[in-house]
Amino acid sequence: MDRRSFLTLNSSRKAASVKGGRTFTGIAPYTGTWGTAQVVHLLKRAMFGAAPADVKHFAAMSMNQAVDALLVPIATMPAPPVNSYQTGGYIDPTGVTPGAPWVTAPEGDEDLNDARRYSYKAWWTGIMLNQSRSIHEKMVLFWHNHFATETQTIEDARFMYAHNVMLRTHALGNFKALTKAVTIDPGMLVYLNGYLNEKTSADENYARELLELFTCGKGPESLYQEEDVRAAAHVLTGYKVDKTNITSYFDPTKHDIENKQFSSWFSNKKITGKTGMAGATELDDMLNIIFVQQEVAKFICRKLYQFFIYYDIDSAAEAEVITPLADIFRAANYDIRPVLAALFKSEHFYDPLNMSCLIKSPVDYTVGMCREFGVKFAPAADYMNAYAQWRSLQAAAGNQQQNIGDPPGVSGWDAYYLAPQFHELWINTDTLPKRNFLADQLITTGYISMGQTLRIDPLVFTQQLPDPANPVLLINDALAILYRMDLSDAMKAYLKNDILLKGQQQDYYWTQVWNLYTSDPSDAMNKALVVDMLKALYKTIMNLSEYHLA
Amino acid sequence: MKRRDFLRYTAPASILPTFINGFSIKAFAASPFLAALEKTALDNDHVLVMIQLNGGNDGLNMVIPLDQYSKYQSARSNIAIPEGRVLKLAGQTKTGLHPAMTGVKQLYDEGHVSIIQSVGYPSPNFSHFRATDIWLTGSDANVVLETGWGGRFLDTEYAGYPQGYPNAEMPDPPAIQIGSIVSPSFVGTGGSMGMAVTSPTDFYNLLENIEENTPNTKAGKELKYIRQIQKQTNRYADVIKAAAAKVTSQGPYPANNHLAAQLKIVARLVAGGLKTRLYMVSIGGFDTHANQTNSGDTTTGDHAHLLGNVSSAIKAFMDDLTMQKKSQRVVGMTFSEFGRRIKSNGSMGTDHGNSAPMIVFGDYVNQQVLGNNPTMPDAASPVDNVPMQYDFRSVYASLLEQWFCVQSADLSKIMLNNYQSLPLVNGLACSVVTGIPGIGDNETLISNYPNPFTTKTVLTYKTRGGHTMIQVFDTMGRLVGKPVDRQHAAGTYTHQFDGEHLPTGTYYVRFQNGAAQQVRTMMKIR
Repeated sequence: MDRRSFLTLNSSRKAASVKGGRTFTGIAPYTGTWGTAQVVHLLKRAMFGAAPADVKHFAAMSMNQAVDALLVPIATMPAPPVNSYQTGGYIDPTGVTPGAPWVTAPEGDEDLNDARRYSYKAWWTGIMLNQSRSIHEKMVLFWHNHFATETQTIEDARFMYAHNVMLRTHALGNFKALTKAVTIDPGMLVYLNGYLNEKTSADENYARELLELFTCGKGPESLYQEEDVRAAAHVLTGYKVDKTNITSYFDPTKHDIENKQFSSWFSNKKITGKTGMAGATELDDMLNIIFVQQEVAKFICRKLYQFFIYYDIDSAAEAEVITPLADIFRAANYDIRPVLAALFKSEHFYDPLNMSCLIKSPVDYTVGMCREFGVKFAPAADYMNAYAQWRSLQAAAGNQQQNIGDPPGVSGWDAYYLAPQFHELWINTDTLPKRNFLADQLITTGYISMGQTLRIDPLVFTQQLPDPANPVLLINDALAILYRMDLSDAMKAYLKNDILLKGQQQDYYWTQVWNLYTSDPSDAMNKALVVDMLKALYKTIMNLSEYHLA
Repeated sequence: MKRRDFLRYTAPASILPTFINGFSIKAFAASPFLAALEKTALDNDHVLVMIQLNGGNDGLNMVIPLDQYSKYQSARSNIAIPEGRVLKLAGQTKTGLHPAMTGVKQLYDEGHVSIIQSVGYPSPNFSHFRATDIWLTGSDANVVLETGWGGRFLDTEYAGYPQGYPNAEMPDPPAIQIGSIVSPSFVGTGGSMGMAVTSPTDFYNLLENIEENTPNTKAGKELKYIRQIQKQTNRYADVIKAAAAKVTSQGPYPANNHLAAQLKIVARLVAGGLKTRLYMVSIGGFDTHANQTNSGDTTTGDHAHLLGNVSSAIKAFMDDLTMQKKSQRVVGMTFSEFGRRIKSNGSMGTDHGNSAPMIVFGDYVNQQVLGNNPTMPDAASPVDNVPMQYDFRSVYASLLEQWFCVQSADLSKIMLNNYQSLPLVNGLACSVVTGIPGIGDNETLISNYPNPFTTKTVLTYKTRGGHTMIQVFDTMGRLVGKPVDRQHAAGTYTHQFDGEHLPTGTYYVRFQNGAAQQVRTMMKIR
């Protein structure tokens, strides 16, 4: 495909200003075509995959309505994870019965927390699979990567869950409030040794990451100093975790009541040391100082950009997108939704040059595939099967190098920060065959893991397409959802003639077998024929490189 | 040089048929010298190339029944090949080839071709897709199999695949398909055992490292990156490149012939030493409902063009392999999901039908036309079909037995049944030489009386002993009865066939005993 057809296929927008891979579009509201291509683009980025029913749902709205609807937070907290681990004679030593939530029960031993860790990861994957029509769930993953923690270090499964609830609560709220919540989150206090940070022996671990990874970043305009790290560490002395109440608390006796001096980059601000419980408010004083920096807004906007649009931020994108978004962020006192609204409604977001360029992360790949093809999972009430199935998919994503709950370190996954490869790091000679293996198994024999079999029923997806009896439209409509990139006519003809039609020339042969099946779906032989042909088609589609791009 | 190679090159295949015909086969087989040279099965490096003719090949215009020419001509007067144009085969008076198939004729005359008449299966399916599945999996008409016959064979050779493969013993893909990604034929219990080379262009891109075009965009950059990794992860890319690189020159192949282009790749890989056992190539366009021939000259047109391509591709392929001294590793066969009706339609074409001939070729293949010409009806009606003489799975089973030297226990595991063994491949290939039972052309093995019949008729049949079977088909090929299916001592037997429940019309009664078979027409009347 040449560049011209690439541009014209995805949008009617004039692309006269576009040269090569560069674009000069900014955050001005997008006013161009709002068609399937744009809806699918938006859903693949803002949710996990573009399920056909969701595409239909949002296509009936205007672009503004669709983005607004996606930005509505999910009001109710999902039901907590339950004891799904009472198998093979193992009994929860703290008395949690099978099917009952374990999140407020006593901590128990290491074995128990291992079992609960798997339950927790399965639960989280289940929420992704069953996500509502909101960006909320993807933002939880975004914040998990940003405020990265590892369950292997946290150890107490109840803290893992509480940490997840905290991310969920603030995912579409206020970034400053989220930063405060993260700072005193028991899981994070354990992960970065905050609970060991006392006036007599300050531990700078969290303070450093707070500045370097969570707020100011390491950009060329982030000029905080070592003395700021030390000052921040002293501000944060005295926080402890409470294993009984599964929370954190402030112990004034461990708090450093000296004044804390910040560097010139922070305008030489000084935080006056406070005694008693008032010492806890020094955190607010410090966040007020940090959040004055425009670099904080820019840093987060860049991370949003790299997560939702593309990893490479050229000077045009920095000037036309990052800077104005950061202004919006600051003007909204760090409320998250106005920034996301501006981004997802911008002409930059719908610029054809920003489409189809995002390599799917393993979680996006696995969960998105199951959602788009409508892979059937056991209902949550059937917790033994449901958790095992969710866990098998979670483990598959983990094998592909994205193990939720356990990113490689506090910096999150390499793909989101390691230049120059960034997202390309998801795909290598180890992970690509694993991705293809999963897709091949799901569509052919079924993916067998954790004693469960997951499978794609190709009829579920096909039946949601407008005219599956017509092989040309079937392939066009399927590709419009499964791919973001158009295929050449030759490739489409190959999919139709060589794969779906198995080398037969007449399109109506497919129409005949499809109609034969739909006229009597109970006829096993006719059904097997149609399923077999569709499996070959979707397997080929999933095996092509285009399938890894969102 | 391996001992096998020594034998091969000292007894070139081109003289083998005469050699065998000129000497006692039994004496040859008994020679301890030969037995010592030729060890069976284990070090078998034989290759089978399957040529799929997509669409349903019209067998009656490919292999023409000269003995019933006038009935053939009147059944399909608008498309019939003129008698004088039919290519004569060495030693054959009753059967000839389409005039476009000069290459196959030449191979036949040189002694390297078996034509197997009327190959099909009971109760055939007339859907392209279902029929193709049946042919590729080797299933019964009413059974859906998850594995292909090729995959089941490879399962016995490469147990546990894909776990532990590639390895030193089998560094190469067990099967290669050119032209499509998934052939059900190559699916074994562990998944597909075939590697697809999407197209000739794709194959040469692999060799030359040519990249498909990607747009000059961010998406194009990422696509290019993923494709690059995809190529690196193709675990067989390197061995294929290495094999192809060993072959620096090939014989000439006809231009503008897609099948020839595919076979050229196969020849290159075989000559380059790839240990791959099964290759699948294909050519489409055989679904000739209309304009099968030109109206002025029925020896020209779509079908002539297709058969010409098939024939010249096969000839060029065998010539190339001979030049590369690798022809003795290869047997090829053509197949199509079904044949077409006896009577042509009004649009210069033919509709989906039942059985059709297969062509098997190779240095070790026996020269013969196996079976009789199908019986041409006196006044053909649109529903008249070519009844089955041989089950297609008998052809597969015979190739497995005589070319891949598969032991009988494995054979029934692969084919899921015991199929008739047909004498397709010279016994030297597996150094198991058995006499081919001579069946006199005029010897009647089965007959029925009375004929026509109203309710019952007595079948009289002559068996040489061993497994003996009689099947009754209607004109659509549906199996309506299997009156005899048992072990017999040699002799002549009778069986009263009760056809009271059958509608009136024509039926075919098929007799099978070892490699011998015969089909007779019987008629039920009011």
